[in-house]
Amino acid sequence: MTQDVLTRPPGEPPPPPARSGLLPRVLPPGLYAGRAHTLVERSLLVNRRTWMAVVSGFFEPLFFLLALGQGLGALVGEVTGPDGQPLTYAEFVAPALLAASAMNGAIYDATYNIFFKFRYAKLYDAVLATPLGPVDVALGEISWALIRGGMYSGGFLVVMLGMGLVGSWWAVLALPAALLVAFAFAAVGMAATTWLRSWQDFEFVQLALVPMFLFSTTFYPLTVYPRPVQVAVEVFPLYHAIELMRGLATGVVHWGMLGHAAYFLVLAALGAVVASRRLGRLLLR
Amino acid sequence: MSEEPDTVASVIRDTALVRASGLVKRFGDFEAVRGIDVEVHRGEAFGFLGPNGAGKSSTMRMIACVSPRTSGDLRVLGGDPDVDGPRIRARIGVVPQQDNLDNELTVRQNLHVYGRYFGLPRAHVRARAEELLDFAQLTERADDEVEPLSGGMKRRLTIARSLVNDPELLLLDEPTTGLDPQARHLLWDRLFRLKQNGVTLIVTTHYMDEAEQLCDRLVVMDDGRVVAEGSPAELIRAHASREVVELRFAPGHQERAVPVARELAERVEALPDRLLLYTGDGEAALAAAHRRGLQPVATLVRRGTLEDVFLHLTGRSLVD
Repeated sequence: MTQDVLTRPPGEPPPPPARSGLLPRVLPPGLYAGRAHTLVERSLLVNRRTWMAVVSGFFEPLFFLLALGQGLGALVGEVTGPDGQPLTYAEFVAPALLAASAMNGAIYDATYNIFFKFRYAKLYDAVLATPLGPVDVALGEISWALIRGGMYSGGFLVVMLGMGLVGSWWAVLALPAALLVAFAFAAVGMAATTWLRSWQDFEFVQLALVPMFLFSTTFYPLTVYPRPVQVAVEVFPLYHAIELMRGLATGVVHWGMLGHAAYFLVLAALGAVVASRRLGRLLLR
Repeated sequence: MSEEPDTVASVIRDTALVRASGLVKRFGDFEAVRGIDVEVHRGEAFGFLGPNGAGKSSTMRMIACVSPRTSGDLRVLGGDPDVDGPRIRARIGVVPQQDNLDNELTVRQNLHVYGRYFGLPRAHVRARAEELLDFAQLTERADDEVEPLSGGMKRRLTIARSLVNDPELLLLDEPTTGLDPQARHLLWDRLFRLKQNGVTLIVTTHYMDEAEQLCDRLVVMDDGRVVAEGSPAELIRAHASREVVELRFAPGHQERAVPVARELAERVEALPDRLLLYTGDGEAALAAAHRRGLQPVATLVRRGTLEDVFLHLTGRSLVD
């Protein structure tokens, strides 16, 4: 038995490093310790042991691509691409599924997993007893969700490349674009999760995700809809993600795409702020 | 250690680690803490004793800087929790009422990851985790999942986790509630060691034996207020008596015995199932009771405890 476990030798341990970077200076000191990465470290450690669950998420968009792109695509033939050029159906659907994989990877982690850790495992109660604040928790957890979404997108991008579904070098930018999309969905998902009361409430998450996945020009172009419906679809975040990905994958790039990117930047910032505030309000009572 | 002159540094070291005055916590219309004054000094083991709902946990959460106070003043390690929260939390350890260990990690990983939350370097955390596993007698379970551990082991791991940052102040909210006697004694032993090593302890409990065992000084809380303060012995001296005679009667016979009992003791407390006679000499009072014709079905002479203090101050027992 060590008796001297608790006597602190002089000069040890080193004091916690001072906060650095821009965020600490604009945020109240009680909310952010500048150490969100320690939560990412935790997630890596946890998911190292359950990597199968992570890997399985990669296959969903792949199955969709095979079933719709190759299967249904044989019936559909050619469709019209972003600037009127003809595309095979697989070329048309693949970028949309890329966007959806970024969304799904991020949002499932940010909703189901965070709900469990928040309501049942009481993980964040334990974390907030340390110098970390709610902003560290939000940024750390959102970062992990975006890493997960980004991994799915990266894997899917490689599959697209292998199947010859990438028509332009611009597609290199699809990966950072996917990370941005994942970031925004993770942030909004985490913010929304703070309002969920029970597992039944996840029906609402499904209710938002499924129509968005089906109707955001994933499987057919926007021109199919009458104008009023088009306007509604253009509000969906996934629509903007698909526009981005489809443009980059086919090489039809224009300045308007910065608008789509800006949409996600705003969404990500809003989500992160709301998620941090809600966590703080719910846990630091 | 050589004797230090009375420098500014040593003066600071001697001031209160926790100082609360007029501390209030309100949740909506409900006032959980109604203006308490408390001071905890370096190196002491301080207790909040009181029944469930007395405001102990709310007070602890305010001291732990995870619950902003509604009004009043609070200083922890010299800082204001509203302003210096993270800096204060870096120097304290918290053992919450309910274990919130990370069930997705192993025993050892729980210590590693928690240390990282404090910004400690990986190598330091790794070494510290081994010391703490030893301290908590969990070395053999280091690579196991947390979930299958016994209640006592989980509690020890929670305490080990709270020590990962070498805290100067350790907050323990009902550390042994729900544990079997053996596990409680082991835990108390660990807490004594911490105290010997100079860690300041603040403990909440509704077990009088725990408070008597662990605490140098304590406050008795009831309904959000501090109703008494002192060392266990002082409190017993002031609010109870050296000895207590418990008399149990057959149903319906207790009431008639009360007037007689009042003549035999300094004070009599009538509980639903027994009479408590507060007296300096229990055996003498019991003998007198028998002489006066009282016929209890069971008797017990014991020394006064904090339970009696609480009973006297509030008219209720601690574990309602």
